Amino acid sequence: MLSVALSDSAPVQQSYLLQARQMQALSFMVHIPLVCFGIAFPALVLYVEWRYLRTGDEVYRTLARRWTKVLVTLFAAGVVTGTILSFEMALLWPNFTSTFGGVFGLGFAIEGFSFFLEAIFIGIYVYGWDRLSPRAHFLAGLPIAVAGVLGSVMVISVNGWMNHPEGFRLVGGRVTDVNPWRALFGNSYFWHELVHMYLAGYMVTGFLVAGAYAIGKLRGRWGRYERIALAVPLTAAAVAAPVQVLVGDWAARTVAHDQPVKLAALEGLGHTTRGAPIHLLGWYTDGRVDYGIEIPRLLSFLAFHSTNATVQGLNTVPAGDVPPVNVVRIAFQLMVGIGTLLALLSLVFLLVRWRRGGLPGTPWFYRALALAGPASVVALIAGWVTTEVGRQPWVVYRIMRTDNAVTGASGIPVSYAALAAAYVVLVGAVAWALRRLAGRPMPSGV
Amino acid sequence: MLETIVLLFALAGLVLYTVLAGADFGAGLWQLVSGPGGRGRAIRDHAHHAIAPVWEANHVWLIFVLTVAWTAFPEVVGSLASTLTVPLSLAALGIIFRGLAYALQAATDVPHERRVIDATFAVSSILTPYMLGAAVGAIASQRVPVGNAAGDLVTSWVNPTSILTGCLAVTVGAFLAAVYLAADAARLGELDLQRAFRMRALLAGVVAGAVALAGLPVLAHDARHAYHGLTSGYGLAAVVVSGLAGLGTLALVWSSRFQLARISAAVAVTAIIAGWAAAQRPTVLPGLTLHDAAAPRATLIAVIVAVVAGGLILAPSLGLLFRLVLTGGFDASARPAAQPASRTPRYGGTGIGSARLALACLVAGFLLLTVLDNGVAHGFGVVALLAAATLTFRAVGPADLEEAIAPPRRPSG
Ligand code: HDD
Ligand code: HEM
Ligand code: HEM
Repeated sequence: MLSVALSDSAPVQQSYLLQARQMQALSFMVHIPLVCFGIAFPALVLYVEWRYLRTGDEVYRTLARRWTKVLVTLFAAGVVTGTILSFEMALLWPNFTSTFGGVFGLGFAIEGFSFFLEAIFIGIYVYGWDRLSPRAHFLAGLPIAVAGVLGSVMVISVNGWMNHPEGFRLVGGRVTDVNPWRALFGNSYFWHELVHMYLAGYMVTGFLVAGAYAIGKLRGRWGRYERIALAVPLTAAAVAAPVQVLVGDWAARTVAHDQPVKLAALEGLGHTTRGAPIHLLGWYTDGRVDYGIEIPRLLSFLAFHSTNATVQGLNTVPAGDVPPVNVVRIAFQLMVGIGTLLALLSLVFLLVRWRRGGLPGTPWFYRALALAGPASVVALIAGWVTTEVGRQPWVVYRIMRTDNAVTGASGIPVSYAALAAAYVVLVGAVAWALRRLAGRPMPSGV
Repeated sequence: MLETIVLLFALAGLVLYTVLAGADFGAGLWQLVSGPGGRGRAIRDHAHHAIAPVWEANHVWLIFVLTVAWTAFPEVVGSLASTLTVPLSLAALGIIFRGLAYALQAATDVPHERRVIDATFAVSSILTPYMLGAAVGAIASQRVPVGNAAGDLVTSWVNPTSILTGCLAVTVGAFLAAVYLAADAARLGELDLQRAFRMRALLAGVVAGAVALAGLPVLAHDARHAYHGLTSGYGLAAVVVSGLAGLGTLALVWSSRFQLARISAAVAVTAIIAGWAAAQRPTVLPGLTLHDAAAPRATLIAVIVAVVAGGLILAPSLGLLFRLVLTGGFDASARPAAQPASRTPRYGGTGIGSARLALACLVAGFLLLTVLDNGVAHGFGVVALLAAATLTFRAVGPADLEEAIAPPRRPSG
C-alpha cells in the first residue's frame, strides 16, 4: 500500500531524487514571478481605470487598455505553469499526495474556484473593453483582483501547513482525525507567509513595470503617458518595500519559534549558543561561519528580543536532518540584502516626492529603478529557496521526508530535460510577446 | 455515501471539461486542417475568436477535477500519477504549448509568425486530449494497480484500449467543436463558415461514432470488466443514450438546427462518461473500492462544503460569461460602449492629511508587530502597516504626479 511509506520506513527507490527536486524548484521559479502579477497587477490596472472613470481623461483609459494586454499574456503563462505544478504535485510526489491529500487538498480545491473566478472575469474584462459600459467594465475587473489574492492565500496555506503540520493524527501510516480547516487556516505558520508574499507580489510587479518605463525614460521616451505609467507601479512598490522589511523580521521570529533548525541554517549557527551573533556574508564549514563579518548578540536580540537568549544550533539534530546550510544561508542573505536596498530606494523616492513634490530628476534614480525589477525577482526566489530548502530533508516538517514522498517511476531525467526545454521556449516566447506589445504604436491623441 | 457525492462532483467536472475544453481542443484540430489561403485563414480566425474568451475558464475544469480527486481520493491519484507518468507528462507538455499559443496570439498579426503559433496550437490540441484519453483507457482496462509506480510505465498506456480511448477523445472533441463553431457561424450570419463547419460536424460525428462502435470488440478482448459493465445495467443504458443522442445530433446538424445540436452533442458525451463510471464500479483501481479509496470523513465534508459554496459564487459568473459569448456580446458588431460623462479632471487634494495618518499607522504597526510578541498584537500590527502603505499611496497620488513636476521637456530624438 502506498500510504505506509512514511518517515520511519525505507525511502522510495529513486536514483533521481535530486533531479525531481530541481524539477519542482524550476517549475516554481517560473510560476512564482508570474503569480506576482496575478496578485498585484489587476489592482494597478483597476486603479488606472478608476482614474479614467473619475476624470474622463483618455490617457488613463489608454494605459489601462495597454496594460490589460500584458495582463492577459502573463495570466495565460501563469495558468500554464500553474497547471504544470498541479500535475507535478502528483507526478513527482505521489506518496506525499496520497498520504496527505486529505489534509491539505482542500486548499487547492478552493484555489481552483478562485482560478475559475479569475479566468471568467478576465475573459469578460479583456473582451469587454468596447462592449460593456465603462462602469460595468470596471466592476467586471474587481473579481479578478479579489481572486488573484484568494488564490495565493490558498497555496500559501498549503505551504504553511507543510512547514508546520497540524490538524491531523498519524496512525499506522494513515492520517486520521483530520481537520482540514484547522490544518490550513488555523495554522500559526500561515500568516507571515501570506503577508510577506502579498507584499512581495506588489514589489515585484511594481518594480518590474516601473523599471520597464525607467529604461524607456533613459532612452528618451518620457511623455505624460510614460510618467503616469512609471509613477503608479513605482508608488505601489515603494509603499510595500519598507513594510516588507518589518514583515520579514516577523517571519524570521516565527521561524525561530517554530523551525529552530531552519533558523540555525539561515544564520549558519553550528552550536547552540547563548547571546548568539549574526554573520554577514562568509561561508559555512564545520559548524562555523568563516570570513563573515560578526555582529555579536544580534541574532539572539532579533529572534527573541533579548541579547542573552539561547539560540538552538544545528548540532541539536542528527547530521542527516540538517538542510544544505550554505544554499539556505546565501539565499537568505541575498533576500535580506536586496530587500534592504529596495527599501532604501523606495525611501529616496518618497522623500523626493515629499520635499520636491514630484518624481526624482537624476538619471541615477532611473538606472537603479531599472535594476530594481530583476532584483526583486531574485529576492522573491531567494525567499522561497530559504523557506523550501531550509525545510529539507522534510517535505512535511518532521513528519515525511522528501525521499519518502518521491515517485518510484523511472525516466525523471527525460521529463526534466523536456520540461526545462519547454520552459525556455515559454519564457522566451512571453518575453517576445511583451516586447511586441510594448512596441505597438500609441493611438493618436495621447 | 459522502464519497459518492464527491465522486459525482469530480465526474461532473470531468463532463464539463470534456464538453467545454474538449471542444476547444477540437477547434485546434480544425485549425490544423483548415487548408491554405484566405478560406483557411477565415476558418482559423473563426475558431480562435470563438474560444479566446472562454478557454481559460474551460481549462480550469481540469484543475477542479485534479484537486477534488487528490483531496478526496488521494491514494488513487498517487497510483495513477506514478504509473501513468509518461502520458500525463505529455499531456502537461501539450497544455504548456497550447496556453502559450493563446498568450502569443494577442501579440502578432504577421502571417508567418501566426503560422508557427497556429501549428503549435493545433499539434498540442491533439496531443493533450489523446494522452488524457489514453490515461482513461488505462484505468478502464485495469492496468493501473495500487502503489507508487506499481504498473508498467509503457504498456499501461500503449495498449488497444488506451489507443481506442485516446482516439475517441480526439474525435469527440473535433465533433463537439464543429457543432459549436457551426452554431456560432450561424449566429454571426457567416454562411460560408456555417456550411464549412456543418460538413465538418457531420464528418466528425460519423468518425466518432465509428470509433465508438469499433471500440466494443476491442473492449471485449482487452478490457473484460469494462465490457461487461457497458453491456449490462446502467452501463448499457448510458451507451444507448449516448448512441441515440449522437444520432440525434447528426440529424439536427443535417437540418442546420445548431443550437439544439449543441445540447444533444453534450448529452451524447455526458452519457459516455457516465457509462464508463457505471462500468467501472465497484472498484476504482483493481482491488480498491471507492469507499476504501476515500479520504477521512471530515475531509470529504470539507470538500462538499467548499464545492457547494464555490458553486454558488461560480454559477452566476459562468452564466454571465457564457451569456455574453453565446448571445454575441463579444462579437465585433456589438454595440460600442457609451463614453463616460467627461467631468472636469480632479487632480490632487489628498496630500498632507493622508501622510500624517500614514505615519501614525506606521509607528503603531511597528510597535504592535515588531516590538510586541503576541499573536493578536501581530494581527493588528499587520493591519496598521497595510493601512500605512495604502495611505502613503494616496498621499503620493501617483496618477497626478506628472502635473506636479513637469520637468522642462527635452527635445525628443
Ligand atoms: C520581493 C521579495 C522579498 C523581499 C524584498 C524580502 N523577502 Fe523574505 N521572502 C520572500 C520574499 C521577499 C518570499 C515571498 O519569497 C518568501 C518565501 C516564503 C514566504 O513566506 O515568503 C520569503 C521568506 C522569508 C523568510 C522565511 C520564512 C519561512 O521560512 O517561513 C524569512 C525569515 C524572510 N523572508 C525574511 C526577510 C527579511 C528579514 C527581509 C528584509 C529585508 C525580506 N525577507 C525581504
Ligand atoms: C505541496 C507540495 C509541495 C512539495 C511536495 C514540495 C516539495 C519541494 C521540494 C522537494 C523542493 C526542492 C527542494 C530542494 O531543491 O532541496 C521544493 C522547492 C521549492 N518549493 Fe516546494 N513543495 C511543495 C509545495 C510548495 C508550495 C505550496 C510552494 C509555494 C507556495 C513551494 C515553493 C517552493 C520553491 C520556491 C522551491 C524552490 C527551492 C529551490 O530552489 O530549491 N513549494 N519544493
Ligand atoms: C508561491 C506560491 C504560489 C502562489 C502565490 C500562487 C498563486 C497563483 C495565482 C495568483 C495564479 C493565477 C494566475 C495568474 O494570475 O497569473 C496561479 C495560477 C495557478 N497556480 Fe499558482 N500559486 C503558487 C504556487 C502554486 C502551486 C504550488 C500550485 C500547484 C500545486 C499552483 C497551481 C496553480 C494553477 C493550477 C494555476 C492556474 C489556474 C488557472 O488555470 O487559472 N500554484 N497561482
